[in-house]
Amino acid sequence: MDTAVTTETEGSVWGGGNRPLGASYGKLMMWFFIVSDALTFSGFLCAYGFSRFKFIETWPIADEVFTHVPFFHGNFPMYYVAFMTFVLIMSSVTMVLAVDAGHRMMKNKVIIYLFLTIIGGAIFVGSQAWEWATFIRGDYGAVETRGGRILQFVNADTGERAALAEFAATIPDERAEHERKNGIWFREEGSLTTYTVNEVVEGFRSNPNILIRTETINENGEKTLLDRKQSLERIKDAKLVVEGANLIRNEYGSRLFADFFFFITGFHGFHVFSGVVFNIIIFFNVILGTYERRGHYEMVEKVGLYWHFVDLVWVFVFTFFYLV
Amino acid sequence: MSAHAPALTDDHAHDHGHHHKETFITKYIFSQDHKMISKQYLITGLIMGFIGIAMSLLFRMQLAWPGESFPVFEAVLGKWAPDGVMDADIYLALVTIHGTIMVFFVLTAGLSGTFSNLLIPLQIGARDMASGFLNMISYWLFFISSVVMVISLFVEAGPAAAGWTIYPPLSALPMAQPGSGMGMTLWLVSMTIFIASSLLGSLNYIVTVLNLRTKGMSMTRLPLTIWAFFVTAVIGVISFPVLLSAGLLLLMDRSFGTSFFLSDIFIQGEVLHYQGGSPVLYEHLFWFLGHPEVYIVILPAMGIVSEVMAVGARKPIFGYRAMIASILAIAFLSTIVWGHHMFISGMNPFLGSVFTFTTLLIAIPSGVKAFNWITTLWKGNLQLNAGMLFSIGMVSTFITGGLTGIILGDSTLDINVHDTYFVVAHFHLVMGISALYGLFAGVYHWFPKMFQGRMMNKNLGYVHFWITAVGSYGIFFPMHFVGMAGVPRRYYQNTAFPMFDELVDIQELMTVFALITAAAQLIFVYNFVRSIFYGKRGPQNPWNATTLEWTTPQKHIHGNWPGAIPEVHRWCYDYSKVDENGEYIIPGQDFVPQHIPLQEGEEDYEH
Repeated sequence: MDTAVTTETEGSVWGGGNRPLGASYGKLMMWFFIVSDALTFSGFLCAYGFSRFKFIETWPIADEVFTHVPFFHGNFPMYYVAFMTFVLIMSSVTMVLAVDAGHRMMKNKVIIYLFLTIIGGAIFVGSQAWEWATFIRGDYGAVETRGGRILQFVNADTGERAALAEFAATIPDERAEHERKNGIWFREEGSLTTYTVNEVVEGFRSNPNILIRTETINENGEKTLLDRKQSLERIKDAKLVVEGANLIRNEYGSRLFADFFFFITGFHGFHVFSGVVFNIIIFFNVILGTYERRGHYEMVEKVGLYWHFVDLVWVFVFTFFYLV
Repeated sequence: MSAHAPALTDDHAHDHGHHHKETFITKYIFSQDHKMISKQYLITGLIMGFIGIAMSLLFRMQLAWPGESFPVFEAVLGKWAPDGVMDADIYLALVTIHGTIMVFFVLTAGLSGTFSNLLIPLQIGARDMASGFLNMISYWLFFISSVVMVISLFVEAGPAAAGWTIYPPLSALPMAQPGSGMGMTLWLVSMTIFIASSLLGSLNYIVTVLNLRTKGMSMTRLPLTIWAFFVTAVIGVISFPVLLSAGLLLLMDRSFGTSFFLSDIFIQGEVLHYQGGSPVLYEHLFWFLGHPEVYIVILPAMGIVSEVMAVGARKPIFGYRAMIASILAIAFLSTIVWGHHMFISGMNPFLGSVFTFTTLLIAIPSGVKAFNWITTLWKGNLQLNAGMLFSIGMVSTFITGGLTGIILGDSTLDINVHDTYFVVAHFHLVMGISALYGLFAGVYHWFPKMFQGRMMNKNLGYVHFWITAVGSYGIFFPMHFVGMAGVPRRYYQNTAFPMFDELVDIQELMTVFALITAAAQLIFVYNFVRSIFYGKRGPQNPWNATTLEWTTPQKHIHGNWPGAIPEVHRWCYDYSKVDENGEYIIPGQDFVPQHIPLQEGEEDYEH
């Protein structure tokens, strides 16, 4: 049509027939997926904040829970999780380098950096598994009262936490654990605790240097320590021995603490795990030269976006679970 | 991936010219063509709609004639209607599944899925969706979730019965009521799959609109349908994941003993171990999705109505940019009003007043839209075919339902009518009926595009419209008064309250209207199915519309346009445009399609 008058959208960014954001649809999809996933995590973190605020006076102190480092004994609050975080952030750095190498079409460098990223991710997932195992095993043990509160024990001489094993009495009894093989086959009970409530209570009564610590946080930001008289009064409420943590109760305090710990770190760990799997798939594609032939390494960029996102989420989880 | 994969260019799927051999499976079942996927969405959605509406008839009959025996109850409900009398448990289940199916399966997937898929590539001038593969996955996930939801109707203890909002503890404790067992688990599984489907669909819609508009198709030349679908997809991407959060936490509570939403519960004389959780937390998470969800439902209908109305009035839509701005404003506001569903949850009255404020703000963009539709009609050369009638009907029901929204959005007034039939009447008119009218308008209008040029029967369309229009108001208008009289929603029967006895006549009236209106939908079904096979073939552009979808051939081809994709030179509302002499731009034709360049002497309105 020669009567055509040129349209004013010609050459403009949003005029159509181009990519207004300068990105392929695949990359945009990844970005919008990340928006969506970020909102799922926000939902969880808001739920966590809501619940923690509700129990702000009794919430467990993270510094007292995450104190372990593999192969070492002692009290190292946050050391190991700081290490994990460092590894994960470094894996993001290597991912940036891999993407950059991809832009410059340097296949071997992409391979090296992607490999390092995968190793970093694997270390993180492995560390998280170890952290879960430690959390589930617990260390000192505690008792739960009839009202569902957790009572922990402290050695009055040293001021340190006292493990149940340090003072519990041994009272022989005939309670056998019900297992499928020795009872009704379709019923099971959870494994019995190392000590019965009676053993703990008796041991507590006969050890005058053991005191009780409640969940309540005092004005100094520490858990309230009862004196011996109050402790003897309080132990009467003891109903259950709690060792370690599961989804129902835990020895650290509020039930929601462990619930959210398992759920949010688990959901994040699942993301890291799937990120590692994606990275491995892309890694092999790089080795096979798929992207070299395709002429660009955009797939590396896409998994890179996902990887950075997972990393960023961890920064938030780390902040809200461990630091504050 | 093979080591010998050919070099791929980014948009290879959109370069036309290579035809694959299509088998029955790739053409009709695992199709990656957006037109076929759109039809799959529509038909699945209509089947789900049939189930959902049928359920509503059953519980409407129970409400009108409480405790009476009907053979149809026994036939359909079986053991849940001993001697034909409906059981209270199944009443709750029917209400729950009716809500779930209508909101999610019909009005979210059925409406947005159908028309986004059909119209986005056709109206923006693209060969197909950005990713045909993900589009196919999206449909099949929707299909699976529909199947799981339908299966849940047949489990022994009955389907989910905690209301479509599935508040805990009813939804969290398997022993709470019969429907809290396997039925509830399947509900959650189905919705989780549905969310994945919705996410994949939305990602596709968003990036397709961003990246695949044809040359000249600037954002401000897009038909309002596309704007509505685009923003709907954005809201979906933002709000559905939060429902996923709530659903996953609820699954943990149900199945693994966590206490996120549960605290200090005694049931059947037994103390449960749950401690510290909060059902109000669930309400927050749910309604952060739940409120945007109602806009996910209504925005596509608004887009369809805007487009059909401009075509039917032979006038440009009034206030095009104001329409876009109000869509964006509604989308933004939708995320900060969820608290108005929770005014009686023990919310701080100050917070209640904040949510009241944000909620009432929505009246502004909604009012802009309503007035713009009315002014579009004003002095128009109205072509009152079925699609146009449903569009006008939608404006009517949207205004009627919207006015009661102002009452419900105000915390001081809401508290009085919370959980009564007033609320039921409000949301059925404003999002249920309105969105269904949008769906019908879209089906009547784009039927020729979907089914290769065949048109639906116009006279049957008129019958369908008028019975539906009168019937819907017949159901929901009296319902407001029943609600103001205090009748609570979700009650199996109100015979225990003598003060409601005199309302039974109104209940019967509403049920009779419901039965008649539902029967009228069978006319639509007949018209729809018959027209697929025997409908009269119309011209290529049956409504004389300007948008690009009518430049494609009637016969569907992969890639939509046989030659090059048309370029766009004008906005999509050049109806009845005249030059300085008062003559139509193209002589004898009151519309100028978008791909026609500006003519000599034609004034450019900078669209």
